[in-house]
Amino acid sequence: MAHLIDRRLNGKNKSAVNRERFLRRFKAQIKQSVAKAIKGRAITDIQAGEKISIPSKDISEPVFQHGSGGIKEIIHPGNQDFIRGDRIARPQGGGGGGGGGKASNQGEGEDDFVFELSREEFMKVFFEDLALPNLVKTQLLGTQEMKSVRAGFINDGTPTNINIVRSLRGALSRRIALSAPILSELTQAEEELDELLELAEEDSFRVRDLREKIRHLRSRLYTIPFIDPFDLRYNNRVKRPFPTSQAVMFCIMDVSGSMDENKKDIAKRFFILLYLFLEKQYEKIELVFIRHHTSATEVSEHDFFHSRESGGTVVSSALTLCSEVIQKRYPTEDWNIYVAQASDGDNWDSDSSQCSSILLEKILPCVQYYAYIEITQGEPQNLWHEYQKIAEQIKHFAMQKIRTAADIYPVFRELFKKQPHTVT
Amino acid sequence: MKPTPISTSSEWSFDLIEKYDREIMKIACGEYHLDIYPVQLEIITAEQMMDAYSSVGMPVNYHHWSFGKQFVATEKSYKRGQMGLAYEIVINSNPCIAYLMEENSMMMQALVTAHAAYGHNSFFKGNYLFRTWTDAEAIIDYLVFAKNYLADCERMYGIDAVEDLLDSCHALMNYGVDRYKRPQKLSLAKEKIRQSEREHYLQLQVNDLWRTIPRRNTDMEINAPIRFPAEPQENILYFIEKSAPLLEPWQREVIRIVRKIAQYFYPQRQTQVMNEGWATFWHHTILNRLYEKQLVTDGFMMEFLQSHTNVVLQPPVHSHWYSGINPYALGFAMYQDICRICREPTDEDRAWFPELVGKDWRESIEFAMRNFKDESFISQYLSPKVIRDFRLFAVRDDDKDDKLLIPAIHDETGYAEIRRTLSEQYNLGSREPNIQVWSVNLRGDRSLTLRHFMHQRRPLGKTTEEVLKHVCRLWGFDVRLESVDQQGQVIQTSECKAPEHNSLF
Repeated sequence: MAHLIDRRLNGKNKSAVNRERFLRRFKAQIKQSVAKAIKGRAITDIQAGEKISIPSKDISEPVFQHGSGGIKEIIHPGNQDFIRGDRIARPQGGGGGGGGGKASNQGEGEDDFVFELSREEFMKVFFEDLALPNLVKTQLLGTQEMKSVRAGFINDGTPTNINIVRSLRGALSRRIALSAPILSELTQAEEELDELLELAEEDSFRVRDLREKIRHLRSRLYTIPFIDPFDLRYNNRVKRPFPTSQAVMFCIMDVSGSMDENKKDIAKRFFILLYLFLEKQYEKIELVFIRHHTSATEVSEHDFFHSRESGGTVVSSALTLCSEVIQKRYPTEDWNIYVAQASDGDNWDSDSSQCSSILLEKILPCVQYYAYIEITQGEPQNLWHEYQKIAEQIKHFAMQKIRTAADIYPVFRELFKKQPHTVT
Repeated sequence: MKPTPISTSSEWSFDLIEKYDREIMKIACGEYHLDIYPVQLEIITAEQMMDAYSSVGMPVNYHHWSFGKQFVATEKSYKRGQMGLAYEIVINSNPCIAYLMEENSMMMQALVTAHAAYGHNSFFKGNYLFRTWTDAEAIIDYLVFAKNYLADCERMYGIDAVEDLLDSCHALMNYGVDRYKRPQKLSLAKEKIRQSEREHYLQLQVNDLWRTIPRRNTDMEINAPIRFPAEPQENILYFIEKSAPLLEPWQREVIRIVRKIAQYFYPQRQTQVMNEGWATFWHHTILNRLYEKQLVTDGFMMEFLQSHTNVVLQPPVHSHWYSGINPYALGFAMYQDICRICREPTDEDRAWFPELVGKDWRESIEFAMRNFKDESFISQYLSPKVIRDFRLFAVRDDDKDDKLLIPAIHDETGYAEIRRTLSEQYNLGSREPNIQVWSVNLRGDRSLTLRHFMHQRRPLGKTTEEVLKHVCRLWGFDVRLESVDQQGQVIQTSECKAPEHNSLF
């Protein structure tokens, strides 16, 4: 007699460790894929899994094998019309007839090994480059605030949550259901009584009997409770993670000739990171992309990252446009405003002081946070010096010079220090 | 009184599985006298099946990225619906563990029970290879030991060091088995005691072998070259475990673990046709018997026949679905044919199988199951009828000939040759390149020479260089591989230089 065991509730994820080992081993390739994915994705849908593909020659486990050549004799089933001594042409590509079953293991053009990275795994790899402290990582990955939202009705709960309409509707239908048979019996009895009264005496046996019955039925009707604990319905509320309110994020980038693809890529990571921070705090985030060289325009995300222009650089054009957009579309009482600016530091000399005055007078008073990164290997130029003056006075202005992606995070450090209370 | 069927719906329940099992057991052990280990049926989910899949079917195993890769691949194709999961996994252990997947219908649960818990189970217990090479009592314990040991190593020496070592061992796993020598039985208790003794003792021995203080050779022996190893060694991993100069004791132990596990799986690789055929034969026989006893419904039987037909389907060579000979189909056909020859022999059978004619079929297949492996089973029992039914033909591919030759087909003149060729095809010794440890340069650079004995002029594949790197990593010094043709001439050499620094990993 066999011993029957239900293992379904035992651990499911026995392979989790092995999977993690696998990811660990191919970290380099995975990182590359993730980097590629980040380039290709819109900022807003950064948080999804990703298909990773690894060349199968990297992933194979080599063993000693026979190569092609020499003499092979193989038995196959399903002979159709060969006879002994037939000589046939070698099939192309090694498959089918004579090549044997191992052909696919030896072929050159193998497919890549493709698999899905989950959202968590993807984000983990994304954060890795950015050198985030652990606390920040959990804040970004986890959700912070819970808001209770309606989720239908349930049969029990606290009295404060009783839904009166639902409960009474339930009570009514129960009363109808329970009283219907009694009522019909009662009506019948009353009709019978009326008929009888026309023919018989008031105190005849039959009449008395009927009156007794009617009284009994009435009393039964009265005993049906108006409301019963069974009828009660309560509003159901469930906790859902909920960001608090709305924000708008301005991405400002210099697209003059000196901003090459690599710099743009770093800038994009910077924008993504700010977006991720904001996403955890706000219910709704709008993105505004402003690019500039000597003049500034508001563009779509695609144009923002992918088109390239040349010419000089006038940063104040972008700042002016930014402050116009804020005034026109994003009143400060309704919106939390964040601005992220990326540039390689070039600016037309006499423009920098103008920038600083626009910032101080028009932009900084309305925004929650202003982050500036300068992506450059060289010496800081006049824009940097101007900005440094601002940074000394204004707390919510952050700036950082960036060489690699790991330098991005310090820009946000202040942002997190400032809002510890929103973090649980 | 007419017996009532055990169940009529396709839903399974624990109660029903037990009822079916009881009836199957009555037939398997009561009527047909299958000798089995006690059975343990475990209900698992599809996810757990994938887990089991990716750790070579074992319920516990050490951690390694390659199992993760397997898991990721399985999960992907399962989720996309490209493949169904295997219906069953069965473990050669005592008690014999068979997995039933929760998604299966009642019929599938009964089929898997008959196939795995009675078919495979009796094969594990009866077949001589399993009896000599594996120890069903101890395997689970041993794997637990291995898992813990490797986890300890990871803690002490780092995940990377262990992973690198395992990679190298896995590359040589097929060369970590004793093909001819009888192995010692595994036992957890013994293993544990001996393991620590071995660590110290072996290290001493190895150091002795590689003693660096020069000995004064006053006598003649300086002129006589010492041959080491004295004879070529087929078990490369074993040789490395015992003789590689630079390995740490824990590294030797890890090699030993991989070797032992390879040894455990070795019989399975040699008995695919026999094992699957045997299990298929018995699920077919047992479920038909259930039907005869009117314990199952017509609907059950229809569903069963459909599954069974899929299992034993052999697509012909020109079919799009063809991927070699289906071991289920061939094995099933051969056992059935043995029964047929015993009961209703034709003149042809009398000529080919005089020893089977008129014998009891049950005893004959039991004998075949117990005493053969695929290679010898085919050369002993592949009958002309099966050859004809499968329309088997041979294709000879000689790279010196611009065309392929058909040396034999399923006719009077071809039966013997087909049988011999097919048997050879299942010979693990010729399926894998024959590579052995040839010599070690004791006095010089300590390099290791492997020899590949070529068969039918077949060269080594493209992965050779990669594998040599692994051998080199284990050995710690240069490694050379010589391919030798049948006349004993070295015709090709590849070499892998060890990195300059003499520390491993």
